[in-house]
Formats: sequence, structure tokens, C-alpha cells
Amino acid sequence: MGEGWGLLAPQSSLLTFLSMLTPILIELLQVLVIGLGAPLLVGAVRRLKARLQGRRGAGPFQPYADLRKLLAKEAVVSENASWIFRFTPYLLAAVALLSALIVPVLTARTPLGFVGDIVVLMYLFLLGTFFLALAGLDAGSAFGGMGSSREMAVAALAEPTVMIAIFAVALRAGTTSLGGIITRYQGDALLLLNPGHLLAFIAFFIVALAETGRLPVDNPATHLELTMIHEAMILEYSGRYLALVEWAAGMKLFLFLTLLANLFFPWGVALTLTPLALAFSFLALALKVGALAAGVALLETCVAKLRLFRVPELLSGSLTLALLAVVSFFFVR
Amino acid sequence: MTSETLMMNLLLAALACFGAGAAGALLTARWPGLSRVVGHGLALVGAGFVFALGAAGLMGGTLRVAIPEALPVGGLALGLDRLSAFFILVVAVGAAPSALYAIGYTRAYEGRCSLAGMGVAFNAFLAAMLLVPLARNVLTFLALWEAMSLASYFLVMTEGEREEVQRAGWVYLVMTHAGFACLLAGFLLMARATGTVDFAAWRGLSAGLEGTLRDTIFLLLALGFGSKAGVIPLHVWLPRAHPAAPSHVSALMSGVMIKLGVYGLVRVGFDWLGVGPVWWGGAALAVAALSAVLGVLYALVEHDLKRLLAYHSVENIGIILLGVGAGMLFQSYRLDDLASLALIAALYHTLNHATFKGLLFMGAGAVLHATHTRNVEEMGGLIKRMPQTAACFLVGSVAISALPPFNGFISEWLTFQSLLLSFQVSAPAVNLVFALAVAALALTGGLAAACFVKAFGITFLALPRSEHARNAREVGWTLRAPMVLLAVACLLLGVAPSIVLGPLNALALELTHASPEAHFGWDALVVKESFATASPLCLAVALVALLGAIPLALRVLGASARRRVYETWGCGRALQTARFEYTATAFANPFKRVFDRLYRPVEQVHVDAHPESRFFVRTITYRHETRSVFEDALYRPLIRFSQQVARRARILQSGNVHSYLLYILIALVTLLVLAR
Repeated sequence: MGEGWGLLAPQSSLLTFLSMLTPILIELLQVLVIGLGAPLLVGAVRRLKARLQGRRGAGPFQPYADLRKLLAKEAVVSENASWIFRFTPYLLAAVALLSALIVPVLTARTPLGFVGDIVVLMYLFLLGTFFLALAGLDAGSAFGGMGSSREMAVAALAEPTVMIAIFAVALRAGTTSLGGIITRYQGDALLLLNPGHLLAFIAFFIVALAETGRLPVDNPATHLELTMIHEAMILEYSGRYLALVEWAAGMKLFLFLTLLANLFFPWGVALTLTPLALAFSFLALALKVGALAAGVALLETCVAKLRLFRVPELLSGSLTLALLAVVSFFFVR
Repeated sequence: MTSETLMMNLLLAALACFGAGAAGALLTARWPGLSRVVGHGLALVGAGFVFALGAAGLMGGTLRVAIPEALPVGGLALGLDRLSAFFILVVAVGAAPSALYAIGYTRAYEGRCSLAGMGVAFNAFLAAMLLVPLARNVLTFLALWEAMSLASYFLVMTEGEREEVQRAGWVYLVMTHAGFACLLAGFLLMARATGTVDFAAWRGLSAGLEGTLRDTIFLLLALGFGSKAGVIPLHVWLPRAHPAAPSHVSALMSGVMIKLGVYGLVRVGFDWLGVGPVWWGGAALAVAALSAVLGVLYALVEHDLKRLLAYHSVENIGIILLGVGAGMLFQSYRLDDLASLALIAALYHTLNHATFKGLLFMGAGAVLHATHTRNVEEMGGLIKRMPQTAACFLVGSVAISALPPFNGFISEWLTFQSLLLSFQVSAPAVNLVFALAVAALALTGGLAAACFVKAFGITFLALPRSEHARNAREVGWTLRAPMVLLAVACLLLGVAPSIVLGPLNALALELTHASPEAHFGWDALVVKESFATASPLCLAVALVALLGAIPLALRVLGASARRRVYETWGCGRALQTARFEYTATAFANPFKRVFDRLYRPVEQVHVDAHPESRFFVRTITYRHETRSVFEDALYRPLIRFSQQVARRARILQSGNVHSYLLYILIALVTLLVLAR
């Protein structure tokens, strides 16, 4: 935070006022990009997947219509459920929006970047997962409990990879601050030639798939009782609650792809806060996240869902990659 | 009044309260109702003085007491520095709510056991825990340490007529005395080598000790303190003794007493023995990581609520010792500022664990009080019957799972940062050890969250699984008030950690001789020249603001506000009963399968079919047990060996007076020859 805000030189009182508003505007812009972009991202991945599988598929804007319809509907709540069930969707959305304030979506100098580093961010997501798993148990249906149990197993086993991948990234950046990592990496011309960097990227990509419930860990399109994880947990949700849960899940996917895009391929992220730099940053983000989303769609077309008890093997594989990334730093420095 | 006399008066007032509490409980023994109020009420007042003493000491107040006549070999010596003061504060934070809770909780014991005896033991336990960190020489320390162990033993044996409790008490007694023996040996070696029993002189003299002797002393003291702290594999008494004790005592033992083991380890690693070789810190780090991961893994498959919490104490001691071990390693590499950061993380987690573990044990006690069972499989639906207990237990669960915005998160975040900063050590092997410690801590955090989803979800959510749970009612205010108090403390320490981190910084700088680097302010925590920043206060405020804004935004968007309450969807089956719910066993099953090498589960299914046809099943019994690797591989051979030795030694015990006289003669002659 600090010196970067005053780029609109304070020549007149209006400009001074505007420069005071800049941090608020930047944060608002980030929240808008993540919040409004999330349904489009989900829709685009679905559309691309459909095309790759030879189906026509719904248009990429379909999720907006879904959300609108869900918001207008009556919510059905189980008679067994407690306040936890009703509170959780709001918490999920709040956690996702709060993350959008912290993550460098458009600029490495997010005004609220000091609120939390990458470790805080990961534990914020875990807070959401924790409550969603509780909500899964709350209605007392066997499906919800099954989903909760599996979700927590995957989340817990993914956690070491997350932290080791963070360790690998923080090692070379000399900081765990998200903005700091991007600033430091932008100056590194040979970034992509660094084997540690690529290993950390692959490891983080795998856990991002696990954390956001994508193939091969969980199939977002399934409602088959015995295979679903995330969908089983949210089976009881309807109406505005379901809308919030779906929206938050979309934002989480967008945020993870943003992290992958901006931390590992930091080019284009604005270091200054001029409108031009921000516009360029937005374009770069759209391109990078678009490419990653296409990768996800392609992957989901090519691979099948793993059996639940094969998932730990995938995650320990990614942990090994992350550890290698760390080790490579210590042995080649 | 000078600060020293003020401190002295606070100490005397606290001790007077504990003394009066014990005496009062005895004098009113004929009226159990009065006895429990007097005994525990005065303990509560005493805990207030302890808190004041700890807080004043942490701010820099000192104290010296020396009564040479009171004890042989050096006399009674007490003193107070910041480290002692911090642990006294931890004692107070655990003791005050526990005493208040005990006033209501011990009502259930009226007529079943002596409440006067409980009152005396409780006050003695608190007094001993207050004095242990103050002890300044060997004999004072050992006497108080033993008093603490014995007082807690008597409290564990409150329901001594039950066989399960007797076994727990026995294991506790054996383990605590094995630890005591190690401490005694370590202290005696140290006293002989340095020529003094005064703790204050040890730091300066220890550097001159010969290497292997110093290592031996370190190992002995670490074993002694480690067994009290409950590190794996010395943890076996913990999951037995803590559930056997009444819940307010479990809260004290888990929240406070085992922390005095940590106190000892910090003294050994940072004060008495000076800066040690690299392997000391490395070994501490390895044992800590093992304790953290295995503690939480054992907790995951445990369905006795209090045993589950006891295993989580093993886990949290592991997390605390990750900080202590990292600090020792950093000291060996002369990275004093990192050592101080790691120590701050460890000590803050010590305080935090005292708050949330006390809270959780009290919550478990309230549930036990209301349902008369500790088995989570017989609970469920309690959030509607005991809403306040449920809310408090939820706060404790979120805090112990290290999730923001509660206190467990802050200390775990600091621990992570100190481990991540280990890249400043330039020794690849050590770096790898640190990386594995990071992975272990991360795994521990994830598994703890999973375990508390199970503990809270199965206990409090969905439909009640038994008649007991269906008839449960909210507990009285003396049980709820301490829980609410601790829940507020969890939030406060999570949102405004600078209250404690500031004084802790001064403490750590004093112990490690580092220069001040970290910034712990209200606005943000900044670690090591902005290597990492976090602002717990802003985070909490933003989260609350967004939670308020979203429903407003939905209303503006014109979302439907209608809600229909209907039965849970269940694939078209006719009715829902608690038997359709997911059980704790089922919840833990994925973990059992993933870590089956550790659990080595034994599964038995027995189907009792009708003699006419095997398709008419009358009953199905299903047993699923996990076995403890440590008990099978370490303790059973040890027990078998000692039994064999005892059997051999029995030959000597002939019962014949003449042979005993012969033994005495032989012993005398041998001694004379040796002592010549």
C-alpha cells in the first residue's frame, strides 16, 4: 500500500478527491471483475467442454439466467437444519468477495493487500469449506454427510501441497505477500526457464483442481449419488441459498485461476494505477484466465474421474512435485 | 508501594485464597453443596490474583523470595521473569473459567464422592501450577512439580470406583513418575557438572560443559518435560487420564498442566543449557511434527468426545513444539531474530490452546452433563436443544482448526511464517527438514478442520441419535458463563493479537538476545521486513461488513425472501430417522482407508441369520477397531520385559529372615569397598 495511489497528480481539489477515491475504485473494480465474471467463466468452460465433446451446449451466459431464476424462487429448507445451513451460503459468498479484495486481480498494489498474504487467503478458503461441510451434515441426509466427509478428506490432503507450493513461490520471491510476489517475478526474465517455478505451477494447478471440485478429483456435472463430492454437500440447497453457493463456487474457481495466472505468469499485471495500465492488465487477465480455463475444459474432456481412494495418490504426486520445486531452490541457489 | 511489594502481595493473596479454599472446603465437608461453592469460589478469586500477577510480570515486574531454612539443598527459592509470568498468565486463563465451571459442574458429584476432597485437591493443583514456573532452584522445582502431579492424580481419581478410571490413574501415575525420574537424573547431573542448584547460574555455566554430558542432560530433561507435555510417543497417559477426570479438571490438565511441560522445554532450550547443537532443534522439530500429525490422526478415528479432545492436545503440543524446535534450530545458526519469531509463535499458541481447549472440554462437559454419554454416535441435534453451548463449541472448533478470524489462526500463521523464513539457513538438509515441517503443519491444519467438522457436526447437527440426546436440555449459567467468557477470549485474541504479542515480543527478545524486528500493531502484523503481513482486525471487520452487505444486496436485486420448511430430500423414501444419517465412523472412513498403515484397522462383521434361511437376518454386529502402533511396538514389550525382570527378582524374596540379614551384610560390605 502507499505510494502507488497518488498517480493522479493532485493538482486540483477534484483530482485530490479522485486520488483519495482511487483505492476504493480499484477494490470495487476487482470485486466487479470477479463477482460478475465468475458466472461467465463457469458458462464458458461448460460451453467449451460441450463443443469438445461434440455437443452444442448452452451459451456461455446461461449461468446468469440460472442465477436470476434461482434468486426469484422460493427456498426450501429442511426441517432438521439449523441456522448453520442458512448462514453458510452468505459466509461462502463473503469469503469469496473478501478474497477478491486481497488477491491481485488487476494490480499488484491492491490497497487491501496488507490485510492478508497467501497463507491467510488459503485459510480463508478453508473457513468456507469448513462451514459448507457442516451445512452438508446439517440436514441429516446420508448424501450430505457423504459429501462432507469426502470434501474434508480431499481438502485436508490437498493442504500440504498448497503450503509447499506457496513455500516454493515465496522462497524465490522473498515474501509471501501476493502483490510482492508479482512485483518480484515481473523483473525476472528467465522465470519460465526455472524448473522449480514450473514444478510449483503444476503442483498448484493440481490442488486448484482439487480445491475447486473439478475433474479428475470431482465431477462438477454429476449428480450420481455415489460419485459426487461437492454436489452431494449442496444437495439440500435451493432458491437464493443455492444461487449464493453456486456463485461463490464460481468465484472460487475464478480466484484460483487468477492466482495461477498472475503468480506464475505475472506479465501484464499493473504495477501502476493509471487507467491505461489497468485496462491492459484486464486484457492480460482475460487472456491468461481464458487460456487456463480452456486447459481445464480440455483436461475435463480427456480424463475420467478418479476413484475416491485414488485421489490421495494424485495429491501425494503433486506434493512430491512441490517438494521438488522447493528442493531445487536449495540445491541450485 | 514499590512494584516488588505489590507483586509479593499479589502472590501471597493468591496463595491465601487457595489455602482458604482448601481449608473452607474441608471445614464445610458436612454440607457438600456449600463445600463445592466455597472451595471452588475461593479458587476463582485466587485465579483472579494469579491473572494480575502474570499480567504485571509480563509488563516487566519482578519478584524474589528466598527462604533458605524451608528446604534442604539451597532452600526455597522463588523468582519471576517474563517467561514465568507468561506461563502464570496461562495458568490464570485456564484456572478462572475452570473454577467458575466447577461450582456448577460438581453438583452432579454430590453424594457420589467427597466434594471436600475435590476442593482441597483442586486448590492444591492450582497453587502448585502457579508456583512451578516461579521455582528458582532444583529442589523447589521438583517438590512443586511432584505436588502438581499428585494433586492432578487425585482429581483424575475422582470417580475412582470405576475400573476404567483406575486404569487411567495407574497409567498416569507411572508415566508421570517415569518423567519425574528423568528430570531428577537430568537435574542432578547438571547440578554436579555446574556445581550449583541455582537455575539462574546455569545459563552462564552450561556453555563450558563437555559435549556428551550436555547432550545427556538435554535428552533427560527433554524426556521428562516431554512426557508431561504429552509428545508422541510419551502421550499414552493423555487420552486415558483426561477423559477420566471431571470435565473442569480435563480443561485444566489439557489447557494448562501440559503447558508447564512446554515451559520446561523452553527453559531447557533457551535458558538453562544455552545455545545447543543443531541436532537438538532438529530432533525437537521432528518429534513435534510427528506429534502434530499423529495426534490429529488418532483424534479423527476417536468417537469418545473427551478422548478426541485429548488427542487434539497431543496435536497442539506438536504445533507449539514446532515453534520451539524451529527457534532452537535458528539459535544454533545464530539467526536470533528468527528464533525470537518462532518462540513468539509457540508461546502465543500455548496461550491460545489454553483458551480454546478449555472451552472445548467445558463444552464436552456440558454435553456429557446433558446427555450422560461421551459417545458422539449417540448425540446429534443438540444445536436446537443447547443453542448456547453449541455456539460456544462452534467457536472453539473454528479456533482450534486454525481458521480466521479466531486466535488459533494467528498463532498458526506466525508458526508458518517462522518455518517459511527458514530459507535463511544455508544448509540444504536442514532446509528440507523445515520444508517437511511446513507440510506436516499444513496437513495437521487440514485434518484438524476435518476432525472438528466431525466432532461438531455429528454432536450438534441433524437429528438426535438416541433418547438421551433427544431429551437433552441447556445447562445452567455457571456452566455457560465460563464458556462464553472463553469464546469471547478466542475472538479477542484472534482479532487483536497485539495485546499479547507486544509483551511476548519483549519476552522473546530477552530470551534470544535478538534485536526488535517484527511489528505487532493493531493495524497489522508485519513479520521480518514485510516478508509477510496480515491484519486480523481488518480481516474480521471486512468479513462482517460483507456478511451484512450480501443480504442487503439480495434484497435490492429483488431476490425472493420466501422460505418453506420441508422434510429432507431422500430419494423418495417414506420417512427420515436418525438411522439414515451419516455416522462419525462413516465420516472418518476415508481417512481410515488412506492412513490404514497407521491405524491397522481390525474389522469384524458378524451376521446372525435365521436357521431356516440365510436371507432372514436377525442381527448384524459390526466391530471396527484401530490399534495403536506405539502401544503395540513400544509399551507392550517394555511392560513384558519389566514383568519378567520382576519375576526373576522374586527369587530373592524368600521370606527367610536369615537370608535378608545376609543381603544387608553383602550390601554393607559392597558399599564400604566402593566408598573407600
